[in-house]
Amino acid sequence: MLFRNFRKRKAEFLISASPMGWLLLFFIIPTLLVIAMAFRSADPYGGIGDQWTLDTLRDLRNPNYPLIIWRTVWLSVASTAICIITAIPASYYIARIKKRYQDIILLFIIVPFWINFLIRIFAWKVFLHPEGLFKQILVFLHIASPDSLLLYRPEAVLVVIVYSYLPFAILPIYAAAEKFDFHLMEAAYDLGASRLQAFTRIFIPGVRQGLLTAIIVVFIPALGSYVIPDIVGGPSAEMIGNKIAQRTFIDRNLPHASALSAILAFAVIVPSALALTRRFFKEKNSGSLGI
Amino acid sequence: MDDFLIFDGISKSFGNNKVLDNVSLTVKKGEIFSLLGPSGCGKTTLLRICAGLEEPDSGRIILNGEDITSQSPNKRQVNTVFQNYALFPNLSVFENIAFGLRISGIKENELKDEVYKYLELIQLTDHARKKPDKLSGGQKQRVAIARALINRPKVLLLDEPLAALDLKLRQRMLVDLDNIHDEVGITFLYVTHDQSEAMSLSDNIAVMNDGIVEQVGTPTEIYEAPRTSFVAAFIGDTNFFEGNVIEVKEPYSKLRIEDFTDVIVYNDKKIKTGDRVYLSIRPEKFTITLQKPELSDKYNSVKGVVEEIIYMGYHTKYWVRVNEYLIEAKRLHNRYMLDEKMITWGDEVWLSWHADFCYMLEQYKMEDEALLALPDEEIMAEIENETGEGE
Repeated sequence: MLFRNFRKRKAEFLISASPMGWLLLFFIIPTLLVIAMAFRSADPYGGIGDQWTLDTLRDLRNPNYPLIIWRTVWLSVASTAICIITAIPASYYIARIKKRYQDIILLFIIVPFWINFLIRIFAWKVFLHPEGLFKQILVFLHIASPDSLLLYRPEAVLVVIVYSYLPFAILPIYAAAEKFDFHLMEAAYDLGASRLQAFTRIFIPGVRQGLLTAIIVVFIPALGSYVIPDIVGGPSAEMIGNKIAQRTFIDRNLPHASALSAILAFAVIVPSALALTRRFFKEKNSGSLGI
Repeated sequence: MDDFLIFDGISKSFGNNKVLDNVSLTVKKGEIFSLLGPSGCGKTTLLRICAGLEEPDSGRIILNGEDITSQSPNKRQVNTVFQNYALFPNLSVFENIAFGLRISGIKENELKDEVYKYLELIQLTDHARKKPDKLSGGQKQRVAIARALINRPKVLLLDEPLAALDLKLRQRMLVDLDNIHDEVGITFLYVTHDQSEAMSLSDNIAVMNDGIVEQVGTPTEIYEAPRTSFVAAFIGDTNFFEGNVIEVKEPYSKLRIEDFTDVIVYNDKKIKTGDRVYLSIRPEKFTITLQKPELSDKYNSVKGVVEEIIYMGYHTKYWVRVNEYLIEAKRLHNRYMLDEKMITWGDEVWLSWHADFCYMLEQYKMEDEALLALPDEEIMAEIENETGEGE
C-alpha cells in the first residue's frame, strides 16, 4: 500500500515537474524579486540602490494610499459581483436554448475581442464624454443635468471594468452550465422546490467550479486595472495600478513601485492561499482528494 | 377500492409529432400500475404530465377527486423516481433524501428522525454521509426511491427505474421494490419497456403503442387474452394466423387457414361463417413430437420441418416450417434422458395444440409481425441479454 502510494506520488511528481518549473521561473522568482526590491534604496537615476532599507515602506504611509487601496478593492469587488450576478442567469439562459442559438450568442460575446482593447476603452471615453451621445440623450431625457459629469469618476471605471470582464465571467460559467444536468432541476421541482429554490440550491452549486473560475478571472485583473482607470477614471478615480505605473515611469522609483506591487500581490495571494489550504484540509477530512 | 388517479382524454403533441392521443386510464389506490410499451410510445410523456413536468394539450388529470391538471409540479402530491436517478451530486445521501423535507421547512430534529427512518428502509444508514458518486447503481436507485417516498406522495411515479441496472441487480431490485410497496402502501405508477418487469411487479398494466393505449388489464389478461396483434407480439412471443370461419358450432368452431390446415378454435369472440379471423398462439402452447400424436377431436395438429433450434437451458425454442408459415414452438425440459431421440434440424415433426389455446384478436396489423422474434435476431438478442426471460 505504502509502496503503491510512493509510486503514485513519484508519477505525480514527474508529471507536475514541468508546470512547477514554469511557475517557479516565471512567477515565484519574479514575485520574490519584486518583494526584495521593495527593501532596496532608490537610485536617483531610476535604478536600484545597493543598500537594504525600510525607507520605502515608510513612504507608503502617504495618506493617499489607503484611499486608493480602498477604492481599488471596492471597485474590484463590486465589478466582480456585478459580473457574476449578470453572468449566472445569462449562462443559465444560454445553456438552455438550442445549440444553434447558443453558438450565435457565444459568437456575439466573443466578437468584441477582435477589436483592440485600448480602442474599446477609448470608445467608452467618447461615449461617456460630456459632449458624447450618451450624455446628450440623458440630458435630453432630463435624467442628467447638463453640467453633470459621467466620465472621470469611479462609477465610470466600474462600468467599463464590468464591460471588459463580463465575457470572462460568462464563458466559464456557461461551460459549467452546459455540462449541468438540467434533469436535476426537474427533480428539485418534483420534490417541491420553487424555481428560485431549485436555482439557488441545485443550479448554483452545480456550476460551482465555473463560478470559482469566473471570480478569479474577473477579480484578479480588475484589481490590477491600469488602462481603464487611466482613460475613463482620471485623477479622482485612480487605482493602485495607476500609482505603480506613475512610480515606475514618472518618478522612476522602482523600489516604491515594487512595494506597491508587493501589496497588490499579497492582496491576491493570501486569500487564494487560505482558500486553497482550507479546501485541501476539507477534502482530506472527507477522505477524497478531488480530481 | 376507488378510482384514485384518473387520466381523462390526455393528448399531447411535440410540434407535428402526436405523442399521446386521447389517453384515458384509471389507477386504483395502492396498486402498482404499469405503463408498458416500446420507446417512443408516449409512456414517459404521460408520466411527466402526471408529475407536472409537461402540460397536456387537452384532457384532465384527477388525483383523489381533485383536478390537478394545471397544478405546478412543486405543489403536486406526486413524486418521481427518475430514469437516471437525478440525485443531486453536490449533496450527501442524507441531504438528498432530506431535500423535500427541507423545502417544506420541518424542524431539524424531526427531519433527522424521518430521514434515518427512510435510510433504514433502503438499508443505507451507513452511507448517509457519502456523496452519490460513491454509491453503486443499485444504491443510487434506492436513494432515489427514498428521496421521493419521504414526501409521502399520493402516487409514486417510477420512470424506467431499473433500466440502468444489470440483470441480476434488476431482479433483486424488483423484489425490493415490491417489498417497499408492501411496506408503504403508496400507489405506484411504473413506466417500463421491459415486459417481464411489468408482468412480475404490476397489479394492472396498460400496454401503450404510438400514443394510444392498446389494452389495460392484469398481467394474466394481457398475456393470455391480448386484444390486438401489437399486445400479443410485444408481450412474449407468439404466432399469428389468418383464416376464414367455415363452420360455427358451440363451443368450438372451425377455421380454414390457407396454406396451413383447418383449425378448431374456441369461440372466445362472436363469429359467423365467412368471417375473417386473426389468431394468436403462444409458442409454449404447442406440443412438439416426432411421431404423429393420438389426439381427441378438441386438438389440432400439423406436420412441419424443423428449421432452427435454440437451446435455452430450461427450454428449447424450435422454428418449424409449414409451407409459408414459420412457427415458433417452445418445449420445456421436464426430464432429460440420454436414450431419448432428440429433435434436430431438418426433422419432420408434429405440432399439436388444444383448441382453447387459439386466441382470436380484435385487431390485427401486419406491421406488428416485425415484433416477432425471428431466429437470427433472436440469437443476437440472447447473446446480448445473457439467458433467461420471464413471462
